[in-house]
Amino acid sequence: MADIALTDETALTARAQTTRRAGAGDARFHFFTWLAALVVLLIFAGVITSLVIGSVPAFKAFGLGFVTTEIWSPARERFGALASIYGTLITSLLAMIVAVPVGIGIAIFLTELCPRMLRRPIGIAIELLAGIPSIIYGIWGLFVFAPWFQEHVQLPVIDATAGIPVLGTLFGGSPYGIGVITAALILSIMILPFISAVTRDVFETVPTMLKEATYGLGCTTWEVMWRVVLPFSRTGVVGGAMLALGRALGETMAVTFVIGNAHKIDSSLFAPGTTISATIANEFTEATSEIYTSSLISLGLILFFITFIVLACAQLMLRRLERQSGK
Amino acid sequence: MINRALYARRRVANSAFIVLSISAAIFGLIWLAFILGSLLSQGVAALSPSLFTESTPPPGSEGGLANAILGSVAMSVLAVVVGTPIGLFAGTYLAEYGKHTRFAFVVRFVNDILLSAPSIVTGLFIYEIIVVPMGHFSGWAGAASLAVIVIPVVVRTTENMLLLVPHTLREAATALGAPMSFVIRSVTWKAAQAGIVTGVLLAVARISGETAPLLFTALNNQFMSLKFNGPMASLPVVIFQYALSPYEDWHRLAWAGALLVTATVLTLSIIARLLENKQRN
Repeated sequence: MADIALTDETALTARAQTTRRAGAGDARFHFFTWLAALVVLLIFAGVITSLVIGSVPAFKAFGLGFVTTEIWSPARERFGALASIYGTLITSLLAMIVAVPVGIGIAIFLTELCPRMLRRPIGIAIELLAGIPSIIYGIWGLFVFAPWFQEHVQLPVIDATAGIPVLGTLFGGSPYGIGVITAALILSIMILPFISAVTRDVFETVPTMLKEATYGLGCTTWEVMWRVVLPFSRTGVVGGAMLALGRALGETMAVTFVIGNAHKIDSSLFAPGTTISATIANEFTEATSEIYTSSLISLGLILFFITFIVLACAQLMLRRLERQSGK
Repeated sequence: MINRALYARRRVANSAFIVLSISAAIFGLIWLAFILGSLLSQGVAALSPSLFTESTPPPGSEGGLANAILGSVAMSVLAVVVGTPIGLFAGTYLAEYGKHTRFAFVVRFVNDILLSAPSIVTGLFIYEIIVVPMGHFSGWAGAASLAVIVIPVVVRTTENMLLLVPHTLREAATALGAPMSFVIRSVTWKAAQAGIVTGVLLAVARISGETAPLLFTALNNQFMSLKFNGPMASLPVVIFQYALSPYEDWHRLAWAGALLVTATVLTLSIIARLLENKQRN
C-alpha cells in the first residue's frame, strides 16, 4: 500500500496539499485561541484604563485629599471618599469576624463530626447557597432581618449599654434597623457558605494517614484539628478567607439595601453609613455633573485597587497550595 | 502514673470544641434556612399567572414581570452567545497551547481576578466604553456587562475540564496523524463536553441574579421591549427598584421576582453539578 502511494505522483501532491492545509488550519486555530486569551487581558486592561481616565477630573479637582475627606455634597459639588472607604472596610471587617470562625466551624463539622449520611446533603446545600445572588440577601435583609434586628437586638442593646463608656458609643443612637452592623451581618451570612465550601475542600487535602496517625497517638478531635489539620492547611484557609474578603469588599446589592446610604462616619455601629459599592449603585444614574460622575468612578477605581490587592494575595496563596498538593 | 487532671482538661477542651463547631454549623444553617423560608413564604404568596403575561405596573395597579423576564432572558442569551466562544477559546489556549508560558500565567492570574472582581466596577467599565459613546443606556451595554462576567467563568471551567482529559487520548489521536487543532476540536472538546457545558450553565446562573452592572448599563424599562438599542428591563433591577419603593404591591412583585431568580439559579446550579459529576467519573 505504501509502495503504491509513493510511486503515485498525484496522490503524493494531494497528500502534501492536505498536510499543508491542515497545517494552516492548525496555525489559524492556535491564533484564535491566543486571541481569545488576549481578550481576557484586554478586558482587564480596559477596566483599569477606563477607571483611571474617568477619575481624572475628580482627582484634578480634589487632589489626593479626595481619599481623606469625609464630606460628600452633590449640591455644593464637594466630594470625598473617606466615608465610603470607611464603610467598605468596617462592614467587611465585621463580616469577616463573624463569618470566618463560623465558616471554619461548619467545615470542621462537615469533615470530622458530621454523620456520614448527612455529610453529602449538607455539603451540597452549602455549595448551592454560595451561588444564591446577592440581591436575594439584600431583599431579605431589608424586609425580614432589619425589622427583626431592630426590635430584638438593637433596642435591648442600646438600653443595656447606655452610659457605659466605650460600649455606649459603639452601640449608641437610635434603633433604625438598617445601618453598618446590619449590613455587616447580612454580608457575613452571604460569605459564610463560601468560606465553608473553600475551607472544607482545603481540609480534605490533608492526607488521611496524617490524621489517622495523630488519632492513633491518642489525640482528641480538637488536638487533631488544632495541631495537625489547621497547620497543614493554613495557607489554604487564609487564601479562602481572603477570597471571601474580596467578595465582601466588592459586594453591592446585599449591602445597598440595608446600609442606609449616609455619607457619614459615625462612632456608633448601629448608625446608617455607606460603602463604595452602595454609593455607586445608589447615585450613579442620578449624577448629573461631570465632577459628580467622575467622583463616583474614582470610588470605583479605589474599590478595584483594594479588591485587586486582596484577591491577588488570595490567588498566590491558593496557587502555592495547589502546587504543594501536587496538582 | 496517670495524670488525671491532664486527661480531664483535654477531655473538657475537646467537648467544648465539639460543642462550638456543632453550634457554628447549626447557627449558619439556621440563617440560611431562615432566608430560604421567608423567600418561599413571601414569594409563593405573590406568584400568579399574570407575572408572566403582564408588564410592570405603575404603583397601585395590577401587573406582572413579563417585560423584566423577557429583558433578562434576552440580555443573558446575548451575553452567553458572545461570552461562551471567547471563554471556550481562551480556556483551550490555557490548557492546550499556553500551559506554563509566562503569557498563560498572566492570563490565568488576570482571569481569576476578574472572576471575583466586583461586578459594579466592570459595569463602570462598560458604561465608559459603550453607554458614554452611544449617549444613552441600552440593552447592548447590559448584555456586554454580563458578557464580561460570563467570560472568566467559562475560561476557568473550560481549562479545568480540559486538564481532566487523559493525555493518552490526545496522544492516540495525534499518533493517527491528526493535526493538533483537529485533535482539540474532535477529541479533547468532545471528551470534556459535559464539563464545558457545566461552565456555561454556571455562568448563566451567575448572571441571572446580577444586578449591579445593569443599573447603569441597561437601566430599566417599564414597557415590553426587545430593542437592544434602548433601555431594557431586567428582573434583578426591577427587584431592586420595587423593593426600595414605598408601595406594598410593588414589594409583592419584588418578592415574586426574587423567588423566580432563586429558583432559576438553583435549578441551573443543580444541573451543572450533575453534569460535572458525570464529567469527573
